Amino acid sequence: MRRFRDAALPHLDEVYTLARYLMRNTDDAEDAVQECYLRALRHFDSYRGPAMKPWLLAILRNVCNAEFTRRARGEIPTDYAQDESVTEEMPMWQEPQASPEKVILRQQDSATIRRLVTELPAPFREAIVLREINDLSYQEIAEVAGVPVGTVMSRLARARAMLRSAWNAAEASTAEPGSATASGITL
Amino acid sequence: MNCDESELLLHALIDGELDAGHAREVEAHAAVCSDCAEKLASFRAMREAMSDPSLKETAPAHLRGRIEALLATPASRVVSMREFLRPTRRSFFGGFAVGSALSAAVAASLVLAVIRGDQVTIADEVVSAHIRSLQAGHLMDVETGDRHTVKPWFNGRVDVAPPVIDLTAESFTLLGGRLDYIDNEPVAAIVYQRRKHVINLFVAQRLGAKHARTVSDSIQGYNVRHWSQDGLDFWAVSDIVGSELDEFVQKIARAAPQSSGAS
Repeated sequence: MRRFRDAALPHLDEVYTLARYLMRNTDDAEDAVQECYLRALRHFDSYRGPAMKPWLLAILRNVCNAEFTRRARGEIPTDYAQDESVTEEMPMWQEPQASPEKVILRQQDSATIRRLVTELPAPFREAIVLREINDLSYQEIAEVAGVPVGTVMSRLARARAMLRSAWNAAEASTAEPGSATASGITL
Repeated sequence: MNCDESELLLHALIDGELDAGHAREVEAHAAVCSDCAEKLASFRAMREAMSDPSLKETAPAHLRGRIEALLATPASRVVSMREFLRPTRRSFFGGFAVGSALSAAVAASLVLAVIRGDQVTIADEVVSAHIRSLQAGHLMDVETGDRHTVKPWFNGRVDVAPPVIDLTAESFTLLGGRLDYIDNEPVAAIVYQRRKHVINLFVAQRLGAKHARTVSDSIQGYNVRHWSQDGLDFWAVSDIVGSELDEFVQKIARAAPQSSGAS
């Protein structure tokens, strides 16, 4: 118990951060984190490393996915469910035309960055958050997401391409008050 | 190297995941391809912007408190705390000296016990029983949403016939029942669920009844409600918000039989 506490508690902020980006609201994120620590505690006996942080994040991801699956079965209808239907086959969004040639990257404040990340489809959001915000290596992301490293690379490439075009397009929407929160998602 | 290869590998380059040989190839390609050079520059800038610590979250204090309480209350420690809480305080302080790992949460509830007497001691035990029940395999002895199975299960196990009320239609799902011990007495624990939150309803005779009729409290981040009805003492504990627990209490109190001896 004490060993688990010492090993797992220092990662609480990281786990909560991923939960916020995956669940997209505080209440669901808190529930997911609590469930994650309960499950981790139950399975700590069989934990063999290598690193605690990716292990916890993998459990959290499973908790979040189980919740989305439950909702998709119609127990609680939400708009999150449709997110899960997004596959990697979906067409690239408006990528090229939205980014003017001369602009490398517009400056964005962190609230805007959060919103743009939150609006990415689930597999890409997960990959980019694990990489940039949770600071995991490709190998660790592959373990958390349960996919080969090659898939991690292609998801990251796709996530960044989407993010870059949304990023450069965001200036237009911030110029019109209200449209920035039109999705109703806050993070 | 062509643009398609570079497109994928430049991410590995900026993430520091590319071996030196490939890294040189990507850089060489970017030196002659303005398109890829621009991508490299803008993805690097994006990565830089996303390393801002303000994109990370800090777990709220109440969540941290709940998880610390969860991790600080192994079954063995709860039992030993109960042993030294009663009947004497002397053994309790003995426990303090021996308890190498007595948590701040337990210490804090101790202070409450000293200040506020038996009521708090029992409330604290109720919360400990709730936390213990959340650990692996402790939640239910009889696992069914059928109240006609749960209610008879308690026959002969506790000396009361606890009302088992199905509130599934009102979004409090009956999960089952469990025999628990509070204040060294067997009590019926009826387990409900609201979304992903567990609610334990403890029912017994004389479980804090000599004090106020209704108590509401929050201990270690858990909401606790106590009331007496029909000669029985009820304790409801959960991490759902207070207003939802109040709603649960009202529904149980309304549905429980009110024949005689309601206090």
